[in-house]
Amino acid sequence: MAQITLKNLAHSYLPNPKGEQDYALKEMDHVWQDGGAYALLGSSGCGKTTLLNIISGLLRPSHGRVLFGDRDVTDAATAERNIAQVFQFPVVYDTMTVRDNLAFPLRNRGQDAAYIKRRVDQIAKMIGMEAMLSRKAQGLTADAKQKISLGRGMVREDVNAILFDEPLTVIDPHMKWELRTQLKQLHREFGHTMIYVTHDQTEALTFADKVVVMYDGRVVQLGTPEELFETPAHTFVGYFIGSPGMNFLEARVSGTRAMLVSGAGVDLGDDHGTPSGRVQIGIRPEHAVLTEGQGLPVTIRRVEDVGRHRILRAELEGQPFNIVQPEGQPVPALPRVAFVPGKINVYADDWRVAPQGRAA
Amino acid sequence: MEKTQNNRAWFLVLPVLVLVAFSAVIPLMTVVNYSVNDTFGNNEFFWAGLDWFDEAVHSDRIHGALLRQAMFSAIILAIEVPLGIFVALNMPKKGFWSSFCLVVMALPLLIPFNVVGTIWQIFGRGDIGLLGHTLAAIGIDYNYTSDPFDAWATVVVMDVWHWTSLVALLAYAGLQSIPQAYYQAARIDQASRWAVFRYIELPKMKGVLLIAVLLRFMDSFMIYTEPFVVTGGGPGNSTTFLSIDLVKMAVGQFDLGPAAAFSIMYFLVILLVSWVFYTVMTNLDRQEAK
Repeated sequence: MAQITLKNLAHSYLPNPKGEQDYALKEMDHVWQDGGAYALLGSSGCGKTTLLNIISGLLRPSHGRVLFGDRDVTDAATAERNIAQVFQFPVVYDTMTVRDNLAFPLRNRGQDAAYIKRRVDQIAKMIGMEAMLSRKAQGLTADAKQKISLGRGMVREDVNAILFDEPLTVIDPHMKWELRTQLKQLHREFGHTMIYVTHDQTEALTFADKVVVMYDGRVVQLGTPEELFETPAHTFVGYFIGSPGMNFLEARVSGTRAMLVSGAGVDLGDDHGTPSGRVQIGIRPEHAVLTEGQGLPVTIRRVEDVGRHRILRAELEGQPFNIVQPEGQPVPALPRVAFVPGKINVYADDWRVAPQGRAA
Repeated sequence: MEKTQNNRAWFLVLPVLVLVAFSAVIPLMTVVNYSVNDTFGNNEFFWAGLDWFDEAVHSDRIHGALLRQAMFSAIILAIEVPLGIFVALNMPKKGFWSSFCLVVMALPLLIPFNVVGTIWQIFGRGDIGLLGHTLAAIGIDYNYTSDPFDAWATVVVMDVWHWTSLVALLAYAGLQSIPQAYYQAARIDQASRWAVFRYIELPKMKGVLLIAVLLRFMDSFMIYTEPFVVTGGGPGNSTTFLSIDLVKMAVGQFDLGPAAAFSIMYFLVILLVSWVFYTVMTNLDRQEAK
């Protein structure tokens, strides 16, 4: 097990990248703590799988180094890195039995038979396939096959890290939840570094201690689920995390006040200085409160009742604006919306502007 | 809504039926007719029952040809299938050289059979043939017209040259359909090259290899033109395979009755062996799925 360091890492699939747009991964510097559970979150095509394949050694980065502990493994083959990886679509050895599939990585490393048997039984129990151990893998359902792939990924105890590339795409929702819980439990038990690629925020937020959000080949934020929710570092994070995502309003900011396009003023609660560029303020739907007296006039277009709360699809200053309203509260006749001060984030050219300190 | 039933649609099948009847069924029936009758010309027939079949079954000459035929098919299958797989494994997977290889591999398949025969017939000659002359020059006594072993070697190598491409191309198509993730998973599992072949490539190629084996078996079992052009079935009758023998019997000696009985049995044997091949291999498939 080792800490994984990415030093000035960048990758382009083109032989002679001209500009930044030619890079699938833009230059990045990151340290992944030993034993951490990370989720790599981002929409399709943002470079998640590229980054994963670089870590596992299936792809050699065009720039920068990859370090496991103190060892530079940039040029080391996959086998030398001692890493496990589970792919998006099930990869099983069709002609082998389920048992042989699970034992395969151990046998290739010349482990002794008694140990292999013990370990295979343990993993089979974990993925709930004890009854099928003697069956041929061919002809099993997609989720059974994916469970075998997961099992094969976890069968080795001494791996440096286990990488998951959207492993639960083909699994049905009920099983998904169960397997994720098992992965989490396994992580607590053995303390492997786990990196979990997904585009599903629920999966990422429930699995990981630290979530790495990627956007357009760049890591835009690495933080705890709470940090991602409260202080998204980039508008993409605000928009991608949360359901519905963060609301953004064009504004001019000076000190603790923001002025919207219509001229209405908003109290930010914190001093943000005077950011330049394209300035927006971001408000989580959870931090917008419907009132009758104060705040900005808002038009409610649609109400979606999702059980524990209601989502109000509204319009503010001609822009769509979402509000999450706790259960049991009425929608006023002349609704206005107020924002919780201190929960408003300010963005200049899509990047968050940190407050300079609380206003008096 | 109820579908309208119109059985007149069957009439559309009629042209094909007539065509097949004229080109296959009726000629085949004349063969059947010859096989159960004796004739001395003038379209006069004398009922012979199953005598010709009886004669064919007990004929040493046909036994010999059958044995040689079985040996030939076994040898070329044993060479072409592994060699074709080996070639396919080593072909470039993409880019210019992959297209180049595909075209070069396809070339032998496009050459007419008798031309292939002629090429090798000349190639192997000691006086003007490149191969024959070279072998003679380095002191190897090679003569396919007088030495049965040399004749066999020539015919086998010629078939390998002509048809290995087919196996290779089919195997290559099978290999190309394997998703990259399988190789990546194998690298992560630290599978050896042999294990990758045994557990990933071979199972994925099984379908196309079944077809390759079937095609090569049927074709080689019916081979006529190439050995006929090169060796004419000789020296002696050492390369006289079933169809060469059949043609000698039917057209050379004009023994139409025995030849007809012979060809019907020949047809049935090919049908039977192909069926056995197919059933065994699809059964293997089903067992594995269990």
